[in-house]
Amino acid sequence: MIETDIIIIGAGPAGLFAVFEAGLLKMHCHLVDSLAVPGGQLAEIYPKKPIYDIPGYPVILAGDLVQNLMKQIEPFKPGFTLGERAETFERMEDGRFRLITNKGTVLVAPVVVIAGGLGCFEPRKPPIERIEDYEDKGVDYIVKDPEKYRQKRVVIAGGGDSALDWAIFLADIAEEVVLVHRRSEFRGAPDSVEKVLTLEKQGRIRIITRAQVVGLEGNGVLGGVEIQEDERENRVEGTDYFIPLFGLSPKLGPIADWGLQLDNNAIEVNPLDYSTNIPGIYAIGDINTYPGKLKLILCGFHEGTLMVQSAYKRVNPEKKLSFKYTTVTGVTGF
Amino acid sequence: MNQDMIRLRVIDREGVTRELEGPTDMNMNMMELCKAYGLPMEGTCGGMALCASCHMYVLSNHALTPASEDEENMLDQAFFVEANSRLGCQIRLAPELNGLVVKLAKE
Repeated sequence: MIETDIIIIGAGPAGLFAVFEAGLLKMHCHLVDSLAVPGGQLAEIYPKKPIYDIPGYPVILAGDLVQNLMKQIEPFKPGFTLGERAETFERMEDGRFRLITNKGTVLVAPVVVIAGGLGCFEPRKPPIERIEDYEDKGVDYIVKDPEKYRQKRVVIAGGGDSALDWAIFLADIAEEVVLVHRRSEFRGAPDSVEKVLTLEKQGRIRIITRAQVVGLEGNGVLGGVEIQEDERENRVEGTDYFIPLFGLSPKLGPIADWGLQLDNNAIEVNPLDYSTNIPGIYAIGDINTYPGKLKLILCGFHEGTLMVQSAYKRVNPEKKLSFKYTTVTGVTGF
Repeated sequence: MNQDMIRLRVIDREGVTRELEGPTDMNMNMMELCKAYGLPMEGTCGGMALCASCHMYVLSNHALTPASEDEENMLDQAFFVEANSRLGCQIRLAPELNGLVVKLAKE
């Protein structure tokens, strides 16, 4: 069990900077994130993209901003539970919260801050009718155990790196690999593209371009996919597995069931201190909403700064808060 | 009407047509304009052609700048993609787009 002052769900920029502001008030933080690295969407979606609206930086790469934030909060020795999703929470008898992740990690703190940004990143599901019926019955959104596909027929859909990489990898294992892609060109790393095309020449991968999978067939388990190809009649390809690889998209996830007041997938907060309808739970950054809300990194910083003032009173009910200027005292870590 | 403004039409996912006015002197794109009008549009990535949440179809005959490789790559990950599919964040408001008609794609 991990005990701390503030549990922060989401290790994106807002969550990371909240560690700094909490640290100035001598509060210790522990961050939980479903991604394997800190940085949230800056690390997952656009690490190499420049950001222009961080005060004091005319331009900074998203990945560099994350690194700088990590350096900035280092003195306050935050804990990290990465690659785990915050699943359930309950209020304990002493008023603190007990939070459990999907991997069973238990965290306890008087304050929980949700800085979940867009939510948890989950595989994008193609809008194919009844696809849910075939999940784990032939339809897989991620490849967990390649051995499963040995001597089986596999249809992969997508044109990006993961589609290409798995097509190459499974060409050695599966009985047949068919790659279905919307365009005639493939993006992704040039040597992966090269390799896929070579494997096609060798007859080890079949590529169907300008096409998409539009239907699924089977009796309880998947038996085939319906393929719509430009300038051709739809046809059914027999297959044992269908693996659609269309990247990740964010979903609110388990937080949606925590009894928080939601408005259009965002958590409603009081803009005075970014508190939610559950006392002791706050929400900052892109995941919250209030009149005039702007989803900007700099607003997330501001929200975290005001939030810790209110959180302090919960963590230290007996103390009076004295606000600190770093210019006078510098930054003293733990 | 202000000379730096254009008028365009957006058909939302319920099929309702909205008349919008957009400034051409603010380096604004279609995703931002739709958000400014409160249309249901996430714009998750902030206009970097990295999320496809502003996927829309161009219904009028305007000559738009062709999609970049980045935009095409992102459309590869979107669904319900048609020949006239574009990412709203990559359509910059310009005087020649006056009268543009777009339809928001299903999510």
